[in-house]
Amino acid sequence: MIGAALGALLSHWTRRPFQLLTLVIGLATATALWSGVQAINAQARQSYADAANRLGEADLPVIEARGGGDLAQARFIALRRAGWQVAPIIEGQLASGDTAILLIGIDPLSMPPGRLPGGAGFGAEPGAGLDADFLAPPGVLLTGPETASQLEGALPVPVRAAEGMAEGRAYADIGIAQRLLNRPGRIDRMLVTGPGSLGAPSLERIAPDLAQRRPSGEDDALGRLTDSFHLNLTAFGLLAFAVGLFIVRGAIGLAFEQRRPVFRTLRALGVSRNALLGLLAAELAALALVSGAAGMGLGYLLAGLLLPDVAATLRGLYGAQVEGALSIRPAWWLAGLAIALAGTALAAAGSFWQVARLPLLAPAQPRAWALASRKLLRGQQLAALALAAAAIALALWGSGLIAGFALLGAALLAAALLLPSILQGALALGARTARGVVQDWFWADTRQQVPGLSLALMALLLALSANIGVGTMVSSFRLTFTGWLDQRLAAELYVTAPDAETAARMREYLAPRTGAILPIVQAEARIDGQPGAIYGVADHATYRRNWPLLGSVPGVWDRIAAGGSVLINEQLSRRAGLVPGDKIDLPGGRFNIAGIYSDYGNPAPQVMMGLTRFESEFPEVPQLRFALRVPPEAAADLARALRAQFGLGDDAVVDQAAVKALSLAIFERTFTVTAALNVLTLSVAGLAILTSLLTLGTMRLPQLAPVWSLGLTRARLARLELTRAILLAAITFLAAVPTGLLLAWVLLSIINVEAFGWRLPMHVFPGDWLRLGVLSLLAAALASLWPSIRIARTPPSDLLKVFANER
Amino acid sequence: MLDVRDLRKFYPGEAGPVPVLRGIDLSLGPGETLALTGESGSGKSTLLHLIGGLDHPDGGSIELDGIDVTALDDAGRAALRRRTVGVIFQQFNLIPSLDVARNIAFQAKLAGQHDADWTTELAARLGLSDHLHKYPEQLSGGQQQRVAIGRTLAARPRLVLADEPTGNLDEETGAAVLGLMLRLVEETGAALLTVTHSDRLAARMGRRLHLRHGRIAR
Ligand SMILES: Nc1ncnc2c1ncn2[C@@H]1O[C@H](COP(=O)(O)OP(=O)(O)O)[C@@H](O)[C@H]1O
Ligand SMILES: [Mg+2]
Repeated sequence: MIGAALGALLSHWTRRPFQLLTLVIGLATATALWSGVQAINAQARQSYADAANRLGEADLPVIEARGGGDLAQARFIALRRAGWQVAPIIEGQLASGDTAILLIGIDPLSMPPGRLPGGAGFGAEPGAGLDADFLAPPGVLLTGPETASQLEGALPVPVRAAEGMAEGRAYADIGIAQRLLNRPGRIDRMLVTGPGSLGAPSLERIAPDLAQRRPSGEDDALGRLTDSFHLNLTAFGLLAFAVGLFIVRGAIGLAFEQRRPVFRTLRALGVSRNALLGLLAAELAALALVSGAAGMGLGYLLAGLLLPDVAATLRGLYGAQVEGALSIRPAWWLAGLAIALAGTALAAAGSFWQVARLPLLAPAQPRAWALASRKLLRGQQLAALALAAAAIALALWGSGLIAGFALLGAALLAAALLLPSILQGALALGARTARGVVQDWFWADTRQQVPGLSLALMALLLALSANIGVGTMVSSFRLTFTGWLDQRLAAELYVTAPDAETAARMREYLAPRTGAILPIVQAEARIDGQPGAIYGVADHATYRRNWPLLGSVPGVWDRIAAGGSVLINEQLSRRAGLVPGDKIDLPGGRFNIAGIYSDYGNPAPQVMMGLTRFESEFPEVPQLRFALRVPPEAAADLARALRAQFGLGDDAVVDQAAVKALSLAIFERTFTVTAALNVLTLSVAGLAILTSLLTLGTMRLPQLAPVWSLGLTRARLARLELTRAILLAAITFLAAVPTGLLLAWVLLSIINVEAFGWRLPMHVFPGDWLRLGVLSLLAAALASLWPSIRIARTPPSDLLKVFANER
Repeated sequence: MLDVRDLRKFYPGEAGPVPVLRGIDLSLGPGETLALTGESGSGKSTLLHLIGGLDHPDGGSIELDGIDVTALDDAGRAALRRRTVGVIFQQFNLIPSLDVARNIAFQAKLAGQHDADWTTELAARLGLSDHLHKYPEQLSGGQQQRVAIGRTLAARPRLVLADEPTGNLDEETGAAVLGLMLRLVEETGAALLTVTHSDRLAARMGRRLHLRHGRIAR
């Protein structure tokens, strides 16, 4: 009997293949997008962990200066002598032309052998395989093959590619690294590599200004920043999953609704309620597993396609290393199938509840659709209101990235739930403009279609809003960033001298040929407990006129020139809650904060101080880089002359335009991934409309047959059907614009600030909306083309059956 | 006004086309009423559909008010359904998205024949005045059929075709509805061709034809 009951239930799907297709596609794409993003995240996290562990910093305690800042190498020697087992590390950005790498200087003799960076130059046997090249001048830089080829010949030190080494970072002997970073005799921190000898004095006694940090498990700054990137990705995965679930919910709801008579018959024939529910659960679980597995396959492909861009983005933006190839863990498969099952359960919960309460006998009075849909609308409105209230509360009192994303979710869901009401309202307004009886019917009939299509349209709304929101964020970002670059890169040429002696000759040569020679000097320092940089800035109109200040005290540049005041970047200001007028402790003393400047593309804290003061605080930093002011038309010639005169490489003389192009390129890639997810989500929504229309197609005949019999041709009905889909998509699009702008606002003003430390001004781009609007109408037209053609081709006898058959 | 000659219709079957109508001849003058009876499956509905321009015959001719219905294209047949004939089916006649008032006025407006007074009068005489703003699925079967009758007659078609219009109603309601329909059709002066199983109802019509295996049996 169970077999027979199952057969009766399953026969529904063979009779309605499109409904089955809808369910499978919805669930498979939802699972695919979700698990694809998860695969990318897992891969990236694994790579960070590998990278962090290469030196063992994730699990070894670290000693560093209490107030931040670096240390003299003598401190390391003193601790060693006192019996501490420590290994010195220096770290810094090394820029060479258009590549910047993280250079890590180590002392292979004090590092425990197992902690040394692997690969060529270091033998497999601990300690024994140290390459003499690494230690002896001129030394060697070990890095990944890609970075090695980029650095080829650009540095005074040979670069060697080593198997298994991360891209974007290089290891060198500490002495060589100090020279390359212009920080002779300095180190950043020490790794505690062993227990130390008995009787070694405590740190408090011999070095009270140093502090020991427990192993952090992860590099803090990098962890925080990449975390936010992955949270962004996860949020998009979740959004796409939600779009998919809307589709699944629609298909399941319909399949249950249409099988109501079958359920009743089965119950009447003696199948118990629990047996019926069990059968339905088994049926859905089987479907979920099949679709989920298909989705996992798709997700794997998706992750494989996106991973190179993600890797490039993370490298460009954060200097984080991600392997370009995907490795798959069994846990990922299990989690993916579990999420498919959980999603199905969520989508089916309402339908199950209804079946559980299904009375054995059909109610005498069929529910009027108008009444039922009004009740449903009321429920949706209430839920939307509650969610909107939650979103407002989060906006007012929430803090942190999670609260930001919760706000985003609540606002989007509220908008989606409000959509049917908006559609009904707009259609009611439209009905007033109806001329003639056919238009009258068109509006009324369109209103009747809203409940059946609302889930697909909600999915469309979410996809369009995400598109508008993320598009607005990206475009605002780009606009602000280009404007900012223009201000920031006001000088025409930037030159780097290989050494102090050449630098001096260069200045002599340049003095008569340029309007101004502005040194660019920088010192690594811990600022507010994080690794950052201090810049020296010359007192010149170039800065006074152009530097992108967000806020300042009066006479800011005079104060900077005087030396007692500094500028800080926005991320430092937000993170530490510092405003102009506050004070900040830096190596060299306590400074007044005279202003805050915007500093996109760099997550680290930065400080600018007057050049004269900088020179007295950091006398060891040589002046090797200069910004040159020349008439723009003379820049190219001067660049050529400089290269010829001093034998400089292409990378040593950079013009403004090249720097801008490079910086923009990094940012473009940052958003490739979200853009790809956007397109995918929109396609899924288009698919949802198609499958909903096809599913509704069978239910359409009874609605269309009377109108046809009264004298409308099938061709005209088909044209109206097409118009209807386009109209609904158009209204949905109009609702998506404010929703998308809200999304953009949350992204720019809340999530960005939490994640990156910058607040970006919002710019709107109505031209982009127009394009998206046309695209969504096209998608709707395309989705309804086939269903419309099917209507135009319905044989009259099928239409006539409506009047003869029992339904 | 209606002249059907040697009308033939086949339906596709497993072993080739199956004849359903095998040469029907029949004619109907203005204002005449005709009852069509026959066993289930004898082809009554098919005949009605062909006359009403709802489907295409495979042979023979139908002339309605001087127009050759069989020569019309899709649009021409749609125009015929709008203006010249009114069809009432056994069930599910109504447009579910429109309320009673708009259902009744629909065909008349479509045909450009809307007469507000006449529509109001029809609704009143069909006992629908209190239900004008209800939707079809909120009505009983008898009420629904009365709306269908009202809608057809509001357009004042020259020919009314009814296919077991009371077949889904109980005997008593069916008789009442049919009586009402007959009286109203008479008033509009339309010709009426109705399919019915009930001898009692057939007796109230002007003529009676019996269909057997796709042929008229006398
Ligand atoms: N669309 C169709 N396709 C195939 N056979 C049909 C179709 N419509 C009707 N028939 C067959 O044609 C015959 C006549 O049907 P119909 O005109 O509906 O009979 P009646 O109305 O007298 O009961 C029946 O045998 C029926 O099965
Ligand atoms: Mg019949």
